Amino acid sequence: MIRMPRKRTLLWSLLVALLLWPVINWGLLHAVWTPDLEACRAARGLGACWGVIAEKHRVLFFGRYPYAEQWRPLLATAIIVGLLAAACRPRFRNPGFAGVAGLGLLLAVLLMAGGFAGLSAVPTKLWGGLPLTLLVSLGGTLLAFPLAVLLALARRSSLPMLRLSATLYIELVRGVPLISLLFMAAFLFPLMLPPDWRPDILPRVILTIAGFAAAYLAEVIRGGLQAVPPGQYVAALAIGLTRWQAMRHVVLPQALRHALPALVNSFIGIFKDSSLISIVSLHELTGALSIALGGDADWRSFYLEAYLFIALIYWCFCFALSRASRQLEQPRPASG
Amino acid sequence: MPFRKQLLRLLPQAVLLLAVLALLLWFGHNVLENLRGRGIRAGFDFLSDPAGFEIGESLFAYDSGQPLWRAFLTGTANTLRVALPAIVLSTILGSLIGLGRLASHAVPRAVCTTLVETLRNIPLLLQLLMCYFALTSLLPEASAAISPMPGTLLTKGGLFLPGWGCEEGACGWSFPEAEGFGVSGGWSLSPEFLAVLIALTFYSAVFIAEIVRGGIQSVSRGQIDAARAIGLRPFQVLRHVVAPLALRAIVPPLGNQYLNLIKNSSLAVAVGYPELVSVANTSLNQTGRAFECIVIVMAVYLALSLLTALLVNLYNRLVALRGTA
Amino acid sequence: MKIPTFRHLLPLGALLAAAFCPPAQAGKTLDAIKQRGNIQCGVSTGVAGFSLPDSQGKWSGFDVDLCRAIAAAVLGDANKVSFVPLNSQQRFSAIQAGEVDILARNTTWTLNRDASLGLSFTGVTYYDGQGFLVPKKLKLTSAKQLKNAEICVQSGTTNEKNLADYFRSVGVKVKPVVFEGFEASFKAFFSGRCQAYTTDISGLAGVRNKEAKNPDDYMILPEVISKEPLGPAVRRGDDEWFAIVRWVGFALIEAEEQGITQANVDGIRAESKDPAIGRLLGTTEDTGKLLGLDREWAYRSIKAVGNYGEVFARNVGPDSVLKLPRGLNNLWNKGGILFAPPVR
Repeated sequence: MIRMPRKRTLLWSLLVALLLWPVINWGLLHAVWTPDLEACRAARGLGACWGVIAEKHRVLFFGRYPYAEQWRPLLATAIIVGLLAAACRPRFRNPGFAGVAGLGLLLAVLLMAGGFAGLSAVPTKLWGGLPLTLLVSLGGTLLAFPLAVLLALARRSSLPMLRLSATLYIELVRGVPLISLLFMAAFLFPLMLPPDWRPDILPRVILTIAGFAAAYLAEVIRGGLQAVPPGQYVAALAIGLTRWQAMRHVVLPQALRHALPALVNSFIGIFKDSSLISIVSLHELTGALSIALGGDADWRSFYLEAYLFIALIYWCFCFALSRASRQLEQPRPASG
Repeated sequence: MPFRKQLLRLLPQAVLLLAVLALLLWFGHNVLENLRGRGIRAGFDFLSDPAGFEIGESLFAYDSGQPLWRAFLTGTANTLRVALPAIVLSTILGSLIGLGRLASHAVPRAVCTTLVETLRNIPLLLQLLMCYFALTSLLPEASAAISPMPGTLLTKGGLFLPGWGCEEGACGWSFPEAEGFGVSGGWSLSPEFLAVLIALTFYSAVFIAEIVRGGIQSVSRGQIDAARAIGLRPFQVLRHVVAPLALRAIVPPLGNQYLNLIKNSSLAVAVGYPELVSVANTSLNQTGRAFECIVIVMAVYLALSLLTALLVNLYNRLVALRGTA
Repeated sequence: MKIPTFRHLLPLGALLAAAFCPPAQAGKTLDAIKQRGNIQCGVSTGVAGFSLPDSQGKWSGFDVDLCRAIAAAVLGDANKVSFVPLNSQQRFSAIQAGEVDILARNTTWTLNRDASLGLSFTGVTYYDGQGFLVPKKLKLTSAKQLKNAEICVQSGTTNEKNLADYFRSVGVKVKPVVFEGFEASFKAFFSGRCQAYTTDISGLAGVRNKEAKNPDDYMILPEVISKEPLGPAVRRGDDEWFAIVRWVGFALIEAEEQGITQANVDGIRAESKDPAIGRLLGTTEDTGKLLGLDREWAYRSIKAVGNYGEVFARNVGPDSVLKLPRGLNNLWNKGGILFAPPVR
């Protein structure tokens, strides 16, 4: 590409080392690794206090979930992470897996909710931490997907009313910040339903995220649809398929394959956006942090370390997923 | 059967229209029913009532005695006050990082790649909270202010710059000085503003960097080789060949990124910067008019989005024309 | 593709019909509570002395005890309460939307809230006022010295408006720094972002004694800039439920006046010949049926949480973390303004 002189290696390295040194010094060399408040206070300003994580990890990971029952969200998290990891492997990319994934997710939700087989019922307002982040983002995406496909098809429909409605919906939702939609879920939805319907805040928020994500996913899928050569559709009609069959069996599968990397990227976006639900008082990962440290005068000074730890968790998920999406961009072996 | 065919086209549309209308009517009906049942007043008349609350920082004069619509206006101005500088700064920073990722030298390339891979995989809200915590907890108090540059002061209370101002008819430069509780004189930028500005700038910059990189990489190898062959120097190649061609690929996604940035500025509510969402939220609590306040927020953002889209399209047309000429 | 027939349009018709027919009458709050088997009590997300969960998620505090007393009166078990933490933004919409049956969240009774938010305050359970918390090292003696100071305050509270009013009236310019959450606002204050922190004095005491690393570094300024009558609120339009919440509050005050405590209530009930006590505890007269409860409603409340004085002492009194004096919140015959109407 654009050539630059190669003589400044030493200078560059020195600069980077100079910038990195205080970080290493603070984060590793002078850090306190045990939940020892005195040691942490003594090291303040010199080294990080990673002990705060050891002290508060249960609340950071699971929020207000009853302490004795926290093996349940742990197991639920493990199931979801397992499903996510499996979904990134090409050999699991088939309709059968979608069924397994749906069942797994349902199992995770049931495990969290309890109320059967001797498991005590835990109301959703006590859910929190990593499992909540995963449930909201994954649940939101899965619900958004069918809606997004319909919206994308509608936006390309030849029926003007259908096209107009889809376009209006997509552009309206994409034009406003997620936070205003979440406020709507928190404050307006209850007003918009009959007085004796009282849906819980969690499903309201998940549906809102799904509606929000659907508008973005629809555009991604529309891009995928546009990438399918029109000849395919015509050919499918010519061999006697109906319009819906042609769409279902010929165009959509190709379009989704084209859109797959972008879909994963959208999921990463939703995963990050799920942190916003802490603003409407659902204590997912970011919200659990303020429960863990906000009410504790002793440990409150070590917010930065806790922030960095949470950031690392988000980063691991997003980075792994974005790597997976990059792999999806590689051409598949000629089997499917 | 032309009639049957027409019916096939019309009927689904009519059904859809009716369904959407019915749903909206149902929602509207429930809202009215609920409001009446609970004795809540509705309507936009409250906008002319006195706001009753102060706003920490504003571009123009505002106090608690002014009507609520002025408070909303102040909030919108605060949104733009942070979003516009963030757009400019993130474009500059993003272009630099994008170019850095294409640098031939491994060290700057690694630095830029690390920066991009780190920042874009962490939620903006978390970056914002971290940034705010760092600013308010780690900076010194006014009595021990740092002076990063002559004439400027950096404290927990924010960044203070020398500013041109008029007081009681006398105009002139005033310099910040530590005094009493804080710093007086000059222009001040609150830590809330700085946190939002910094977090928005860096977060958007890494996305812009990827757009810039993609744009430059979309310029075909042949074009560059040809330019070099006719004896242009690397900078000239960038300036006269790569940039104009890359711009065409860059501008549309860049416009999207600007839209995202403006929408993302709504996260400022989490650190207490009084932008539109924060003001609307306060009004919502003080007046109980949830529906009206949320509608106002959405309307303003939609208007801003449309305006941005319009400007980007205009610019895009300009660039596209020049590129094909 | 088939042409849609009438059968296909049926659901749409149902939807349209639903749009124009008034929805079914919402169940009475008391019936709903009895059916559900617990009371949904909206509390703060964590204000020391009023409602605070411990690490096991067990709630305690003044507001919490009030909800427990109501649960004891209505359901016979003080533990049949489910506490719903609400921040100051969510509280009114939560009660409006029926997510909670009662809002016991140190909420100030104002005309605006009473008249326009679709809720009714059942009375005052705690008389408070707004003040300022400042670091001692600033050596302030009066709020009027806060010229040009930055003051941390929580959004959506009466405090935010009182702050604007007070400094307008004394002609001092201050800069509010407004935060969404209670926790965020005092966190910013303790980090040194603001020179002063303002909320109700009970809240200031809680923040100073519970949240500060060293409470002795902070002091509350003498000015009390507002009247903050705090009390529970219920959804408007259910007079039966309104009366229950209101009278459980009065019963606790009446119990203190009669000298009935958690410890001696059983003994007094067995022995007392006082007709007033007989009415309150349901031994001579059934006051419960007037409220749609049984005759032992007040007895169970007192047995569960004690009288008003005990609730006060346990949660906010001089021996608690907050160390607040009784002040106005004493009985009318002991220098305060608590005056329960006769239980008869």
